[in-house]
Amino acid sequence: MKEPKWTGDYVFLFENLILKDFKIRYRNMSLGILWSLINPLVMMTVMTFLFGRVLGRDARDQPYPVFVLCGLVPFNFFTGALMTGATSIVDNAGLIKRVLVPREVIPVAAVLSNCVHLLIQFGLLLLLTVGFGLRPNIYWLWLPAIWALFVVFLCGLALGAAAINVYIRDTRYVLESFNMVLFWLVPIFYSFSIIPEKYAKIYQINPVAALVFAMRHILLEGVAPPMSLMLNLTIAASAALGLGLAIFRRLKPYFYEHI
Amino acid sequence: MASALRFNHVTKTFAHRAGQMLLRDRLLDLARPSKRRSRFEALTDVSFALEAGESLGLIGANGAGKSTILNLATGLSLADQGSIDVSGRVTALLELGAGFHYDLTGAENLRVNAAMMGMTRQQVAERFESIVEFSGVREFLDEPMRVYSAGMTVRLAFSVAVAADPDVLLVDEVLGLGDQQFYAKCLGKIREFQSLGKTIVLASHSTELITMLCQRVLWLEKGRVKMEGGAEEVVAAYKASAA
Repeated sequence: MKEPKWTGDYVFLFENLILKDFKIRYRNMSLGILWSLINPLVMMTVMTFLFGRVLGRDARDQPYPVFVLCGLVPFNFFTGALMTGATSIVDNAGLIKRVLVPREVIPVAAVLSNCVHLLIQFGLLLLLTVGFGLRPNIYWLWLPAIWALFVVFLCGLALGAAAINVYIRDTRYVLESFNMVLFWLVPIFYSFSIIPEKYAKIYQINPVAALVFAMRHILLEGVAPPMSLMLNLTIAASAALGLGLAIFRRLKPYFYEHI
Repeated sequence: MASALRFNHVTKTFAHRAGQMLLRDRLLDLARPSKRRSRFEALTDVSFALEAGESLGLIGANGAGKSTILNLATGLSLADQGSIDVSGRVTALLELGAGFHYDLTGAENLRVNAAMMGMTRQQVAERFESIVEFSGVREFLDEPMRVYSAGMTVRLAFSVAVAADPDVLLVDEVLGLGDQQFYAKCLGKIREFQSLGKTIVLASHSTELITMLCQRVLWLEKGRVKMEGGAEEVVAAYKASAA
């Protein structure tokens, strides 16, 4: 005899929850999966026009659309995964109140289902990279490792934010504002070289910025990402996951009462 | 036979106005700890034990604590006092369409629901056909669930739940939405479960359904056990009090 507890097949559960999210999102769209491509393409075009043609450009020796997309793809994934992750517990109130699935699975599945869009946008980025005449290089092998760290980082943030959002529903609005600020503070349409030295440190410890720099090192410059960036990402991922899980575990026994 | 589900002096309380979840409310709680929200007892010192193979009916007025017992037994919320013990796998059907998404088809929901109930990929592959057969909704399997009637939804949900092969099955009211033919099927399944040593707890306002499916009945009133015993006897007393 023991306390009631869920047992089952985690892999199969994740697979089903991710597929469910994906199917629901695309079933009511006539263009289906193309929507994942339209947003980054539109943003890329606008920015290429604005910063490449109108305002005088930075990063002259590099294809600007690829340069921008190296910033947009991580930023889009970050905001999308963080928002769906943060609201996942409240949005799935029906599961929390009526079905005994392990609670941690819900925010993590929300982040992972955003990976489906990420893969589509990533495909577009790689296609454009090659289209602009940049050849694949050996450092592309770094990409899966960097992104795995970033996904772990987001799982941590999503767990923490989802748990807090149950108790303080304003959390999502705070995050929306935060994402807007982040759009300007992540080097999406400008390069690291134009940042004054005294602020450079701040950029280096921002994990989203670190990912953008790493992407540009690999795809545009054809060099390995600096070890300091990788170290930053690793620390950020471990810290976020540890802290997020700790917050989630502490708050989850009372989700039922507060939803 | 061993105990399958046991409540030991369980008390469960909820905060009044726990639904207010804005930053303002949290800050007020911090600023005025003396004005902490009052709590009400949804269950007070409830104890019972079910042997494997027994089936228990829960009856009582709205708010008597029937659903709270099922939620606690499922593991969805925690008791304030006392302990709850189960042995083996618990599967619950607590609400019509719980865990279903209305934009997904019946077949898709079947798989998601089965995974949530703890079935493995292989088990779903093996049991898919028998779940569909038992549910009787084969014709609508590729239709989105939003076109399903209440009866069809409960048929599919029940079929998945029993296919998960639980040791303890908890059902809240929903069976009342099925038709006579489905009752007969459920009854057959529940008898089969009983003979296999599985335990069933059923909450319902239908005393007819309860006496048909359960041997024992727990009558709840305002969160306390009013009476417990054989189904016929308790239902008779309950009816007499309501008359």
